[in-house]
Amino acid sequence: MASKLTRSNRAGWLMALPGAGLIATFIILPFFLAFAFSLTNQRLVSPNPTEYVGFENYSDLLGLAVFTLEPERDEAGNAVIKDGEIQYPRLRNFTRRNPDYPHLQGKREWFSWQSGENRTVVLASDVVFMRALVNTFLFVLVVAQVQSGIALGLALLINQKLRGISFFWAVYFMPVVVSIIVVSILWKFIYSPGDGLLNSLLSWLTFGAFSGIDWLGNTATALPSIMAMSIWQGVGFHMVIWLAGLQTISPTLYEAAEIEGSSKWQTFRYVTWPGLRNTAVLILIVITMQAFALFAQIDVMTSGGPLDSTQVLVFQAVERGYGKQDISGGSTISVILFLIVLCISILQRWLTREKT
Amino acid sequence: MADVLLKGIKKSYGSVDVIKGVDIDIKDGEFVVFVGPSGCGKSTLLRMIAGLEDITGGSLKIGGTVVNEVPASKRGIAMVFQSYAIFPHMTVRENVAFGLTIAGASKAEKDEKVQAAARILQMEHLLDRRPSQLSGGQRQRVAIGRAIVRQPEVFLFDEPLSNLDAALRLDMRIEIGKLHKSLGATMVYVTHDQVEAMTLADKIVVLKDGYVQQVGTPMDLYHRPESLFVAGFIGAPSMNFMDVDVVSRDSDSAKVRSAHVAEFAAPTWREGVPGSGRATLGIRPQDLHPVDKGGLLVGNVTLAERLGIETVVDVALSDGKRILVSLAEDRVFEPGQPIQLTFDPERAHLFAPDNTSVAA
Repeated sequence: MASKLTRSNRAGWLMALPGAGLIATFIILPFFLAFAFSLTNQRLVSPNPTEYVGFENYSDLLGLAVFTLEPERDEAGNAVIKDGEIQYPRLRNFTRRNPDYPHLQGKREWFSWQSGENRTVVLASDVVFMRALVNTFLFVLVVAQVQSGIALGLALLINQKLRGISFFWAVYFMPVVVSIIVVSILWKFIYSPGDGLLNSLLSWLTFGAFSGIDWLGNTATALPSIMAMSIWQGVGFHMVIWLAGLQTISPTLYEAAEIEGSSKWQTFRYVTWPGLRNTAVLILIVITMQAFALFAQIDVMTSGGPLDSTQVLVFQAVERGYGKQDISGGSTISVILFLIVLCISILQRWLTREKT
Repeated sequence: MADVLLKGIKKSYGSVDVIKGVDIDIKDGEFVVFVGPSGCGKSTLLRMIAGLEDITGGSLKIGGTVVNEVPASKRGIAMVFQSYAIFPHMTVRENVAFGLTIAGASKAEKDEKVQAAARILQMEHLLDRRPSQLSGGQRQRVAIGRAIVRQPEVFLFDEPLSNLDAALRLDMRIEIGKLHKSLGATMVYVTHDQVEAMTLADKIVVLKDGYVQQVGTPMDLYHRPESLFVAGFIGAPSMNFMDVDVVSRDSDSAKVRSAHVAEFAAPTWREGVPGSGRATLGIRPQDLHPVDKGGLLVGNVTLAERLGIETVVDVALSDGKRILVSLAEDRVFEPGQPIQLTFDPERAHLFAPDNTSVAA
């Protein structure tokens, strides 16, 4: 029975209002505000009026310069060498109020390399942002590949009719339903230096030969540790998506392949993988998005440290916007992140398009 | 080329027996059709021959070798599925050549064999298309092409025409018949459609509830069904059955009559017909003819369906028993009109009253 309630247009809109209102307030409005703020010098709390500053925030974040330092030379024109090292003039001579080098003003060294006697330095307006950018890309690149790969492997293992297989379903899916904050805190214990679970385990496995690493306190292992944990946490979710994809493949296709004498690998290559095409596109895009949004793990486990080795974009955006009360800076990072994700999604869609 | 020998074949899923001991002898080059109602086990039996289902008991020989434990790909068979089972992301050419690709054949060999198969099936113009661009009949052709390329000793067809519309089904049925003649391979074909069974088969195997009911040529089954089940299953419309009393019997005939059938002598070649008491009389709708007077059956027309080439008349006998009459002509009957029917006593079938079907 279609009552008046189910046919009335007004009732429909009223029912949609709470959800639509929340989405508008917390997603759509902030999205456009972020664009607007990124063109101003808005601060969280400030006595001064907000001013339009054009693209200054963007150039403050993205400004890059390459500068070649020539060695200091003696009267004969030879490079001065002290303690076996070539001596260079101090970089700050060029970057601090040097009228000859206006484009280097305020920039700091990001990284450098040696070319002959000269030293080439890449300078960035915002070195921390650059670190965050590189770390984020590294995180996305590794997590997207490894997480989708492991998830597919698990899905293939789970996709069998075996007694008690639902136990494994549950086991792999469990981390997904646990809050990422809780997971992060637990893994902080696992990674803890000295008598952390991981160190203890490795030490036990190697009969005491392994002598403990401060997994989150070491610049070389902090980011990989967070990657490993993030992969573990999210793999169950993607396994379920792969499983859904696997179950859309008609069983008779496998039977046809079996009759043709197809090996396990050939069956995967010719039947399973082509049948998972659309699923693969979906998973790749979803993982990429999720990986770019990396925040909670960093916030709980390392706060971007040590030495900015786990700085990532979203963490930086929050840190700036609320930690430093620089709303315009945080907004700018958000907009940049949005543009990056948009470009990557379009590229992925194009690369994985249905070829006719 | 090979023969297929099933001996005491059984299949159980847990405690449920699906195939309960089947013996079938399929000769080299023969076209054998398994028919039966849904759930009779015909597809399961075919899948056991293919190697897609394990055999619980009995022995299966293909070409003289027991193949119970031999994997599907090594049995020298090819199978065509109801749902075509062609790979959607491959072109027709790649689909047909799939077995060769798997086996690592050279491009030249693939081209040659695919061309040969395409010529047989007249689908050379389709080779570079994708399955999504093909009609149902064309897809099934591709599936058959893939089977041909394997050069199997035995072709297995699992209801290959069920997903096609009526017109295409007729075309493909003729194609498959021709294919059998030109390749001369052993073919085993599963269907629930008795027209396919009657037209294609050298030999029909009627199955019900996991047992073989009768094996024979199509005409054997039609003219000499051994059981009420086979008699009722083969032929359309179904045979009419009536309870009769046996008055007397001699060596090859029995005098029978009932409330609505006048006394006549029916042949008794079938086993188990009693000398007295009850029996079941079967008469095909096509064997009944209306006469003006002196008919063996008397009743009233309740409904007449005119199909142009034939007229199917639903007749209520004097005690309300309904029978069907199929006349090979277009004739008008009014509902309620009285009708007298006669038949050639030689074409009547007399069954023992408990002769329903073969069971353990």
